[in-house]
Amino acid sequence: MNAFDYQAPRTVDEVLALLREHGDDARVIAGGTALVTMMRQRLVLPGCLVSLRDVAGLGGIEATKGEIRLGALTTHREVEVSPLLKERLPVLAETFRRVATVRIRHMATVGGSLAHADPNQDPPVTLMALDAKVEVRRAGGRREVPLSAFFRDYYETALEPGELVTSVTVPPLPAASGAAYVKFLPRSAEDYATVAVAATVTLHAGGERCREARIALGSVAPTPLRARAAEALLTGGQLDEGLLRAVGEAAKSEVNPLTDHRGSAAYKREMTAVMVGRALTQAWEAARRSIRGP
Amino acid sequence: MTRAIRVTVNGVAREVEVPVYRTLLDCLRYDLGLTGSKEGCGVGVCGACTVLLDGKMVSSCIALAVFADGREVTTVEGLAKDGRLHPVQQAFMDLGGFQCGICTPGQIVAAKALLDTVENPTEAEIREWMLGNLCRCTGYYKIVESIQAAARQERP
Repeated sequence: MNAFDYQAPRTVDEVLALLREHGDDARVIAGGTALVTMMRQRLVLPGCLVSLRDVAGLGGIEATKGEIRLGALTTHREVEVSPLLKERLPVLAETFRRVATVRIRHMATVGGSLAHADPNQDPPVTLMALDAKVEVRRAGGRREVPLSAFFRDYYETALEPGELVTSVTVPPLPAASGAAYVKFLPRSAEDYATVAVAATVTLHAGGERCREARIALGSVAPTPLRARAAEALLTGGQLDEGLLRAVGEAAKSEVNPLTDHRGSAAYKREMTAVMVGRALTQAWEAARRSIRGP
Repeated sequence: MTRAIRVTVNGVAREVEVPVYRTLLDCLRYDLGLTGSKEGCGVGVCGACTVLLDGKMVSSCIALAVFADGREVTTVEGLAKDGRLHPVQQAFMDLGGFQCGICTPGQIVAAKALLDTVENPTEAEIREWMLGNLCRCTGYYKIVESIQAAARQERP
């Protein structure tokens, strides 16, 4: 690793002042699982590391007004085992459980998984399908960015120099809704996905027809993305093979995967359709159960 | 740039001056002489460097030593008490839970962390918890059997 200046501030305001002072030369470090790995590989050579380790008030999982707020320093493991999330939003606990290994989940943080902007991360996919918003702070200001507008390219986000992710907020799912996250892993269980899909389905009350659906895809483009054309086909539709096939075909046209050791671009495109079908079927069944009971 | 850090390692308070880019693994091995934890992949995947940081297992090869300032670290060297091996260590010996041995310190620390977390793990829970500890000799059956035996022994 390169030599760097190391700062361990104690408050968010001190963090923001340091980020303003050092600009592009500074990197925020939380769990470090992604950043230290990239630094060891000399892919990132920061002049200054600003550690969040001693900063108070950036952790915790809270439920307010039906929304769920995850502090940026919440670890993946804390999300995975949270009794609140297991009850209120089990798809989120389950998604974080699918990240890497327990060792990594003890260190890696919610804010880090967003700011790192690796399209192979699991949490951004489900958070995007849940229509989450990212809270961003800078010295003297604060803004909210919908997660669907947060990612710009491989490892690039809407964050400006001097800005810090402080939390992510998930709105409540409407009644008669279900959600699912599926991860296609042809190699080993702790691997990045070949294709990952999160879906939510909201049904018309008492009915079989879809009122609204959201589909988010991971590992098949430079960023996680919403499959908007595929989503549009679901509105008003009824779950059957024909609809799933049409939705899968639409999703295929929205992805832009790379050929790598997890599969060729063509294979990932085909598997996108398959996994979209599986995620939608699971989410749809969960929505039905929420109406009728198990 | 260096920093003085205070770390309690295996119950002993230590103070070390480390370069800020020192990994926790290198600090343990080169500054403190605790060579039980191994470097395998060096990128947080293989589990050979597994240690406990405030009781939670982490990859010490991608943790900076400065992260451990003010905290407690447990390595494989800290598991035996009063000349008696930890039940997990004894079970790995009794049942042959290792072959070449390079991954073994990480396997044992991870298994201890599991038994600290889950009272009586099922085989599926053991396999899920341990999936990040790779054994290139592929001695996984014996590793799982050793952990099951240690769990029975810890809670007869």
